[in-house]
Amino acid sequence: MIAIIDYDAGNLTSVARAVTHIGFKCIITNDTKEIGKAERIIFPGVGAAGSAMESIKRLGLDEAIKEAFSSGKPILGICIGTQVIMDYSEENDTKCLGIIAGKVLSFKFDAIRENGAGLKIPHMGWNRIILRKRHFILSDLKEEDEFYFVHGYYPAPDDPAHLIGTTDYGISFPSVIGYKNIIATQFHPEKSGRQGLAILKNFCAWKPC
Amino acid sequence: MLSKRIIPCFDVRDGKTTKGIKFKDNVDIGDPVEMARFYYEAGADEIVFYDITASSDKRDIMIDVVRRVAETIFIPFSVGGGIRTIEDMRKVLLAGAEKVSVNSAAVKNPEIISKGAEAFGNQCIVLGMDVKYVGKSEKIPSGYEIVINGGRTFMGIDALKWAIDAEKLGAGEICLNSIDADGTCEGYALNLTSLISENVGIPVIASGGAGKPEHLYDVLTKGKADAALIASMVHYGTYSISGIKSYLDKNGVKVRKSW
Repeated sequence: MIAIIDYDAGNLTSVARAVTHIGFKCIITNDTKEIGKAERIIFPGVGAAGSAMESIKRLGLDEAIKEAFSSGKPILGICIGTQVIMDYSEENDTKCLGIIAGKVLSFKFDAIRENGAGLKIPHMGWNRIILRKRHFILSDLKEEDEFYFVHGYYPAPDDPAHLIGTTDYGISFPSVIGYKNIIATQFHPEKSGRQGLAILKNFCAWKPC
Repeated sequence: MLSKRIIPCFDVRDGKTTKGIKFKDNVDIGDPVEMARFYYEAGADEIVFYDITASSDKRDIMIDVVRRVAETIFIPFSVGGGIRTIEDMRKVLLAGAEKVSVNSAAVKNPEIISKGAEAFGNQCIVLGMDVKYVGKSEKIPSGYEIVINGGRTFMGIDALKWAIDAEKLGAGEICLNSIDADGTCEGYALNLTSLISENVGIPVIASGGAGKPEHLYDVLTKGKADAALIASMVHYGTYSISGIKSYLDKNGVKVRKSW
């Protein structure tokens, strides 16, 4: 069973529908016992880091997620779920879970304007992943594959060893990060067509060593 | 680099798709769930539904359509039309849409943008704008005026000012429809599109007037649009999404080529 963590952050049903579509069983839950029992965990979300962390703490999910991480079970972060596993987010000046060392930074609008005149915030739409380090969940990735992004902030891990993939949008930013049994994407695999579903499918088969 | 998005758009009435020409003489052309599947598999980057159901007691038909679409396609889609309250937004988003689009409701009550953005995040809130060229005046400095009711009611609001205000209120994207160009198949309103796109920091989807791939090229380059809405040019099989995308790609516009 895959537990999709529910912390009032946007539309979790789209993740559940995608997981069901590729043939796996999942539940949407904020019950720490269910999360403890699950074989795998998906930690999704849209919204803002501040309110996300508030809900996570209020529901006692911070400890549940940290425990799941130390137990070694595979965890997939998506979008805000990816950002709040870092130490800190510039969005709402938020202290986060600190599972991966580093900060969540905002796209600096002016810098992006200079580099690529007229780039918009949020970074919304389809973009590519440049693989920096091989990872099982990206084993089907081809150069021309694109994924759906919608965000104004991105994770910046301190240790380059945690960088799995990057994406270009005015700057090159980390779009897939990973460490031990956690892998996290800034894009939405559940909204990224065939290639996104392939990533979810790989996650469902992934055995972190 | 980010791809320019190609977005087929359907009008849905009482659970069936239609294509309106100049907002009149709509005819049924199919099942929205099957059409969504068709375009998902054909390489659409996103899909837009407009619910033009007239009677409010039939609104739940659309919620059921949204739910079935969400089980069928795994790309973003938005729903507009008839969204007047935060509760309307919540229903559509919970049924599985990625975004909701507000148009006349936001003109009458701009607070719906900020309240929606607060409740669901800016990225969920698309401002739909119907715009008509009226000539520059003191009241309408850009020359483009906001209209509602399919272009029949002039609101006395400058389109450029409204776009900038809506961004401040928390809109995450603008879907900009030119009433002058809509249904003509003679090309998007390029001046209007670049004017709005250059003056806001959020993405702009160009709408109205697409008839051939060259029109998309123009609006995505000269028009500075981030995405282009298409309807009859693909609905009637005149062009395919992959054909449009290879034309754009050949001419140096970055598009998503693999799906």
